[in-house]
Amino acid sequence: MSAIPIPASEAAGLALMALGAVFFVAGTVGMLRFPCAVSRLHALTKADTMGLGLVVLGAAVMAGTGGAALRLALIWICVALAGALGAQLIAAFVRRHGGQWPETEASATEMPDTGTPEVGQ
Amino acid sequence: MSGIDPMLPFDVALALALVALSWAVLAAADRFAMVVLFIVLGLMVALAWVRLGAPDVALAEAAIGAGVTGALLLATLRHLRGPEAAPAPGPVRWSVAALVAGVTVALGAVVVAVATAPRPEGLAGPVRDNLPASGVEHAVTAVLLNFRAHDTLMEVVVLLIAVIVVWAVDRGLAAAHDPAAGPEADGLGPVQAGYARLALPAAVVLGIYLLWAGAHAPGGAFQAGAVLSAVGIMAVLAGRWRPEAHHRAWARAVFGLGAAVFVLVALGVGLGPGVAYEYPPHLAKPLILAIEAAVTLSIAATLAALFFGREPAPVSRSRGRRP
Repeated sequence: MSAIPIPASEAAGLALMALGAVFFVAGTVGMLRFPCAVSRLHALTKADTMGLGLVVLGAAVMAGTGGAALRLALIWICVALAGALGAQLIAAFVRRHGGQWPETEASATEMPDTGTPEVGQ
Repeated sequence: MSGIDPMLPFDVALALALVALSWAVLAAADRFAMVVLFIVLGLMVALAWVRLGAPDVALAEAAIGAGVTGALLLATLRHLRGPEAAPAPGPVRWSVAALVAGVTVALGAVVVAVATAPRPEGLAGPVRDNLPASGVEHAVTAVLLNFRAHDTLMEVVVLLIAVIVVWAVDRGLAAAHDPAAGPEADGLGPVQAGYARLALPAAVVLGIYLLWAGAHAPGGAFQAGAVLSAVGIMAVLAGRWRPEAHHRAWARAVFGLGAAVFVLVALGVGLGPGVAYEYPPHLAKPLILAIEAAVTLSIAATLAALFFGREPAPVSRSRGRRP
């Protein structure tokens, strides 16, 4: 593979995407390792928004055209908005249950409907 | 070309993830976890359709299979108040296990046989040859709205029957749970309302674009209807709109609109010079777009009404029925 020359834009795009993937992995590790629901949310939402931003940036660099970059930016904005709303809903739900994710399913049926299809995806 | 598709590792990982997620959906002990896993499974299936080169199916799967179905399942979960009802898993019955293994092996053999067999021409050629006469440039839309329009009409009728049944069943219930609606349930009025203000207009534009794009690119009535139904669901959830009893007549009209326009066009063409569904080529595109627009409205209204889950009744009546 090293013999094949890679255009600079492609190399930059791949590097940005790889960096984005690192953020996704970090967010996932945080979600799995952090002790309580709110700190897990904190790890997941910030890292994923950053990670997706980097992946979108990398894809835009590789795509090269302004139209594609604009569409990718729109995707990022839509996902960031939907993610922010979802995080707020989950956090409010956790706060109503004394800061913890409820263990029993009987109380979980009061879930906020965070599964609403996200707009623009 | 070394002979190995560079996407092969991704495809294998995706296929394994699909199997693992299917298993996880069935094995989850918690109903809420089941629903969330099902939504994730739907998104992965949509990704698989993209890899298989079927963006129309991918759009439908993401919008309807993962999105609207996920919302319907979550709404259903809300109705299922009470203690955990899932039975403890019993011992595996050997007859069932043998049946599952047999079906799996047989299906796998069929898949391998189909994938390795020399490919017959199928219907792709005839569809390609007749595309200019269909009125649209996108083969999937030509098949759905022209070449096999009768099937599509039946799918629209199925949705109509579903919403009729839901309203009828709800009438027969002694005590129905109040539908999930309004921001007061979550104490997040401003956040949800702000999101709705930004997202709903964008989603309306996206839905209309999907409808229009269906004539020449992936998209169409079902995808557009699902996106527009999400607008209705969001509006109800964010408290922007509350279905009232006097909306019922309008709702019924919109539920039936798609099937009615479809049937009228088919009958009009059939009673005129041709056979039902055989649109005259110079009128085919306007007729198909008219049908698709009506069907889109019906699908959007029907799916949103299914999420709401009941006939909007007078306030006094719904109060009286609460447990």
